[in-house]
Amino acid sequence: MAKDKRMGLKEKYAVMTRGLDWETSYQPMDDVFPYDKYEGIKILDWDKWADPFRLTMDAYWKYQSEKERKLYAILDAFQQNNGQLNISDARYMNAVKLWLQGITPLEYAAHRGFAHAGRSFRGAAARVACQMQSIDEMRHAQTQLHAFSHYNKFFNGMHGFAHLRDRAWYLSIPKSFFEDAMSAGPFEFVTSISFAFEYVLTNLLFMPFVSGAAYNGDMATTTFGFSAQSDESRHMTLGLEVVKFMLEQHEDNVPIVQAWLDKWFWRGYRLLALVGTMMDYMLPKKVMSWKEAWEIYWEENGIALFNDLSRYGIRLPKHHEVATKEKGRVTHELWSTLYQYGNALGLHTWVPEDEELDWMSEKYGELFDTMYRPRLLHFRAQEETGKRYFNNRLPMVCQVCQIPVFFTEPDDPQTQCVRIVEWADTKHHCCSDGCADIFNREPEKYVQALIPPQQIYRGEAGGARDIFEYAEWLHLVKDVDTGEYHGSPDHLNWEAWKAELPTPQANSDEAA
Amino acid sequence: MVDKVFIAFQNNSEAQPIVDAILADNAEAVANETPGIVKIDCPGRLVVRRATVEEKMGREFDLQEIHISLISLGGNIDEDDDEFVLAWNS
Repeated sequence: MAKDKRMGLKEKYAVMTRGLDWETSYQPMDDVFPYDKYEGIKILDWDKWADPFRLTMDAYWKYQSEKERKLYAILDAFQQNNGQLNISDARYMNAVKLWLQGITPLEYAAHRGFAHAGRSFRGAAARVACQMQSIDEMRHAQTQLHAFSHYNKFFNGMHGFAHLRDRAWYLSIPKSFFEDAMSAGPFEFVTSISFAFEYVLTNLLFMPFVSGAAYNGDMATTTFGFSAQSDESRHMTLGLEVVKFMLEQHEDNVPIVQAWLDKWFWRGYRLLALVGTMMDYMLPKKVMSWKEAWEIYWEENGIALFNDLSRYGIRLPKHHEVATKEKGRVTHELWSTLYQYGNALGLHTWVPEDEELDWMSEKYGELFDTMYRPRLLHFRAQEETGKRYFNNRLPMVCQVCQIPVFFTEPDDPQTQCVRIVEWADTKHHCCSDGCADIFNREPEKYVQALIPPQQIYRGEAGGARDIFEYAEWLHLVKDVDTGEYHGSPDHLNWEAWKAELPTPQANSDEAA
Repeated sequence: MVDKVFIAFQNNSEAQPIVDAILADNAEAVANETPGIVKIDCPGRLVVRRATVEEKMGREFDLQEIHISLISLGGNIDEDDDEFVLAWNS
């Protein structure tokens, strides 16, 4: 019998990622790759870069096409069988709106960012990895839009995500996060997105939240979510490898990488307040609280990762202990903020039902019962007397993360946390010591951030004079796309659709 | 305490033989299910052996096929044609 002449995995990877390029002679290499040195990262041998999955381009296409075939078969079935009626409750759809408005554009931004980073690295294996990820991210944006397009036929607030992305004050939170990364150098970009965001933090989005989507009957989100996450495990692995690669190449890289980890841990953590709020408040059927997810994915898995990196002299990211102190409150603080500013959001907000409040009491304990439940009940009482509370002015937002300055002091959940930073005779507001540190490290960068509420009140939002005119400029229809859920067209439609459905028959076991 | 590595798969029939193989080959591995997901935690080190997966699956299996149903993982990876290993070095 002829011996199997196929190459083994390690051999194939070496052949298909090494020796693909050459030293340029007409132009100096530094002119061909102008961005991979200025950040101060020293690389002695690019061939030390290795993808531990050893995925080569041919295998990549093979497995990606199989993932796509599976995904689109399910999306077809979902659309053909009125899958929108199988969700737990129409309130759930607001998590999908926030995903479409806030997260899908980040996938597209990641596609652009990795294309740029890939072009910038002079090592071929690094370029191959960035190329795969750039294509993945485009796939994620496309599959999400495709999946959500079905919901757009039935629910409001999903008609103009691209228009909203560049104009909505609350979407500057995710947008500015990615633009901060994309305007950094290629090594910082990959550290921020692949490592700090994808390895350390996106498990919180794709594991408990997508599991929650499954539990709430959203077949479309579950399917693209897991399909995307299967790519994500490759991205996370790339993130860990790029960090180890930099740390192993030169000891001078260690403090640079540490500073990036400090910065991007905090940036990513702040962004995830939105995801935590989706989990705790926007999933009518609950799977796991933000606090529990934080304990599993940061306190257990994330800290294990940093323990592993300690052999290079890397320590836990700055302010991680503050994030842990905040785990019992961020989602409650953010939801009450979204609730108030509901007239300027492309989604609905509401006071949770009694059984949901009881679930929160069980998960969050005394802090919830003394601080947040009374406030939610107060909102409900106002609503019942026809005085549903709206704050019709836009909030002051943090100069760095662009989240409204509503978080509380790490050791005192009753005192608002505000940090004022100064640069070149101007004062700026930050939400936390974490964001103030980021500002103070690169003030020249962050003073340039356009802060939406200021810009809107300066008349830069089509001359809008108040938030109602501003919402019109966003193409949001008052009380249809915005405002309170109860009594909204989404709510009334849902009740009507469910009333038309035949009453489920009791099965014979229950009948007997 | 030894830090745990983890690997998570979609909870479907395609991934089931892989999960079974992992639980058979790693005595300390524990599977935790949430809707749609099965997450396997294991102290220190976890191995996926091609031979065991093939036995459970009843067909030939390329370890890179795990990409189809993989959701997430935590740990340093070392992969060749016969074994996929996740480990913390600390």
